[in-house]
Amino acid sequence: MEVIRSQKRTPSNDTVSNPKIPLYLTTPPMEVRLEEFERFAIDRLRVLKGISDGLARGRNPKEMDDLVDTLWKEHMRDPDGSVMLNKDIISHFVLRLVYCRSDELKKWFLSMETALFRHRFRLQNFEAQRAIVGEFGLPYKAVTGAELEGLKERLGQVVRSLGQISPTVEAVYYKVPFEEVPDLVASRRVLIQKGYAFVAGSQLVSLVVTQFRSHISKALILTNRKWTTTIREREKDRLTPVVEALSTSYLGPDYSQSTEYAEISLKDIDQVAKSCFPLCMRHLFEKVREDHHLKHGGRMQLGLFLKGVGLKLDDALAFWRAEFTKKVGSERFDKEYAYAIRHNYGKEGKRTDYTPYACQKIISSAPGAGDHHGCPYRHFSEDNLRAALGRMGLSSRAMEDVMDKVRNKHYQLACTFTFEAVYGTSCDAGINHPNQYFEESQKILKSKTPPAPV
Amino acid sequence: MTREEIKSRGEDEKMMDAPQINNNPKPEESFNVNYLRIYYGNLFPYTDLHKWLSYGHDGKHPGCDEYYFGRREFSFTLENDVYLRYKSFKTASSMEDAIKSSFPYKIDIGAVYSVDPDKRHAYSQTGTNVFTPVERELVFDIDITDYDDVRYCCSGADVCSKCWPLMTVAIKVIHTSLTEDFGFKHILWVFSGRRGVHCWVCDPKARRMTNEQRSAVAEYFRVYKGNENNARKVVLMGYSLHPFLARSYVDYLKGFFEGELQATQSIFSSKDKYEKILEMISDEDIQSELREKWENSAARSSLSEEAISLVRWEQLKNTLQSKKHKAPTLRMCVEEIVFTFTYPRIDLEVSKQMNHLLKAPFCVHPKTGRVCVPIDPNNCDEFDPLAVPTLPQLIEEINSGGSRMDVDDDEEDSDRSLLGKSIKFFRSSFLEPLLKSCKEEIETSYKTKIGKSKDSFSW
Repeated sequence: MEVIRSQKRTPSNDTVSNPKIPLYLTTPPMEVRLEEFERFAIDRLRVLKGISDGLARGRNPKEMDDLVDTLWKEHMRDPDGSVMLNKDIISHFVLRLVYCRSDELKKWFLSMETALFRHRFRLQNFEAQRAIVGEFGLPYKAVTGAELEGLKERLGQVVRSLGQISPTVEAVYYKVPFEEVPDLVASRRVLIQKGYAFVAGSQLVSLVVTQFRSHISKALILTNRKWTTTIREREKDRLTPVVEALSTSYLGPDYSQSTEYAEISLKDIDQVAKSCFPLCMRHLFEKVREDHHLKHGGRMQLGLFLKGVGLKLDDALAFWRAEFTKKVGSERFDKEYAYAIRHNYGKEGKRTDYTPYACQKIISSAPGAGDHHGCPYRHFSEDNLRAALGRMGLSSRAMEDVMDKVRNKHYQLACTFTFEAVYGTSCDAGINHPNQYFEESQKILKSKTPPAPV
Repeated sequence: MTREEIKSRGEDEKMMDAPQINNNPKPEESFNVNYLRIYYGNLFPYTDLHKWLSYGHDGKHPGCDEYYFGRREFSFTLENDVYLRYKSFKTASSMEDAIKSSFPYKIDIGAVYSVDPDKRHAYSQTGTNVFTPVERELVFDIDITDYDDVRYCCSGADVCSKCWPLMTVAIKVIHTSLTEDFGFKHILWVFSGRRGVHCWVCDPKARRMTNEQRSAVAEYFRVYKGNENNARKVVLMGYSLHPFLARSYVDYLKGFFEGELQATQSIFSSKDKYEKILEMISDEDIQSELREKWENSAARSSLSEEAISLVRWEQLKNTLQSKKHKAPTLRMCVEEIVFTFTYPRIDLEVSKQMNHLLKAPFCVHPKTGRVCVPIDPNNCDEFDPLAVPTLPQLIEEINSGGSRMDVDDDEEDSDRSLLGKSIKFFRSSFLEPLLKSCKEEIETSYKTKIGKSKDSFSW
């Protein structure tokens, strides 16, 4: 792909005959104007950001289909099919450049592009879907005859386990090595026998998505290599600034550095926890004070949050040490836990400065036995959540509003409602990061209290 | 001691002198460096571990990757808690030398990397991020401490003959699925030395799985989702159990729950115990109906704890059966309770990442002095964690004239020695079939390669 300044070339006509969803297998041999380079990328980012929000709100697959359809029409559609296809391809490749630059960015981009592809695929008719399967060259054969008959009872069991009352199985099943449909395996939506998964015709999307995902994942690694070795330097006056700005300006801050509002010290941490922490962090904080211990998931979630709100490394070590030594003794603390805390601050191991977890990550975590991390709105039982919200001082009216959002799986909205009830102001942006919750609450509290007399 | 010093010692010293055997060990000590020195000097099966982790790449076949073993990460934990990661060994004897000169308290096995882990810094200078894990056994770690809320005999690190059967059931459920569902053949189960079990799936397909595929298998096994803030730890939806769960339930969990678990833990016998179970029923009417029944019966019963527990379980089942249609959340309630108590609780994070370390078989647990011996999944009922040989027992055996563990020399003798049986099992049930299939695979892929290169000349 060549980036040129302004002379426009007509795109070659054969792009029109390509299928509607490109697979982005090769870099397009077309030229792009610099203005389009950025504009297209921003439009696609809006789509990906919308998908990210939808997933965080726990939308089901059908709702996601509709959401993707709407987002695509709003930001990407063009009456001219070939123009739209070009925009689709160009914007994808530009963002690939933007998001190849760190593991965190890669991960986000990969998830969102895969989700986008998944739902666009689901929106296609069966013919178009078959065509895409063909384009990937997937060699799967349908199971027939005696083999299918022999499996019918257990296939019916799978169907019933997924919430369908009758054990009616689909007409077509494909026999596929289980490792090629990880998402179906993970959610037990297929029968697995002797290393093979039996994938129903309606689950074809999983096969294709796996291929797509693995292709993009590999491509991002290659792009990263090209970026670091040649492109960044060669384009330092032209594309590099655009690329570097794109990843941050439209996704909000990642809270890896604490801001002006955030600087807390050990002596007022209890007070601040009570007045400004979101429920997930409040809960972890209270637990560590109570039990003098937290399991790994909780230490990570709370530890990185505290880093984000401005707790210095020395203070963090002092905080964890004060609690943990009551339970495990200072020797074990120094041996087993102190390293991880320094690690989180980028002082050990890979020396990556880790970023605090966003809501999406916390909501999708899976706390197990003995764990206290995760999102209370998602992981608490109703009774426990009501009790916790009661302790935050929510009125019964506000509590019902929150519980209503919880029942509809809108966990971030539930948190936003809690925020609004606690501080008595609206929060239009919505809560999507615990550190954002903290900063918003600090702003409000600082504006309310008059400056202390000097 | 710095890392460098330890390394050079390990590499330079060829062979330690025969260790000094302490003839008067303090009887209460089950673990110390002197014991360990003797253990590593006489009993530790270096050759077997090397054969296993070479997977047939023994340099004898032209299709072998002779650097395969050398790219495997080992890590040592030494006496003073010095923790050495990314160690690697070119040969069995260099591994043996390193172990014999530093006698690690714990040896962990990591992944096979793209380059020699010991030289990773040299590669990182080139800037192209080539140091990355390429192969790793699919591993599982199950720890009895994760069952603390459903066992009343022990807690924490303790384990006894009453709660160990929870591990046995876990082995059966997971092993059956790994073989029947996933089609794996080369699976090694190992006692973790204290309170749990480790599982190593070594089929080529398993070793080459990506992190995403590992996560998928791990999630397939995830049923227990209980965190501390929700009483209903297992939620089963739908109108039927998935075939894997149905088989686990019918073949193992139900029988264990109603038999052994009731006998050893009597999970309904007191109010504290049954209240936890009532909380899992998401219908308050049923909860109070049962509670009333049980509170009234408590005083006038002359039955044993186990019998009371069984009666109450029957009452709960009958009550739920009759009200099954009341709400969809009650449909699977009986199964949910059984799964909560008996379904394996795997530490899934260990399984999901290729670069996660896991303790090597035949290490000795520093707290118990017990050897991490293999467990036969087909006879796991017979395994008794408290009968596993300890270091003092092994030392005693050596002192009283027991032989070294060279099983090859004397088959008869090995069977009688404490560790011999375990090593023999490791070889005959795991290592030999594994190496046979590895050799076949190397042969096949070599032939294909030769075939291909011939093709390219034959145009």
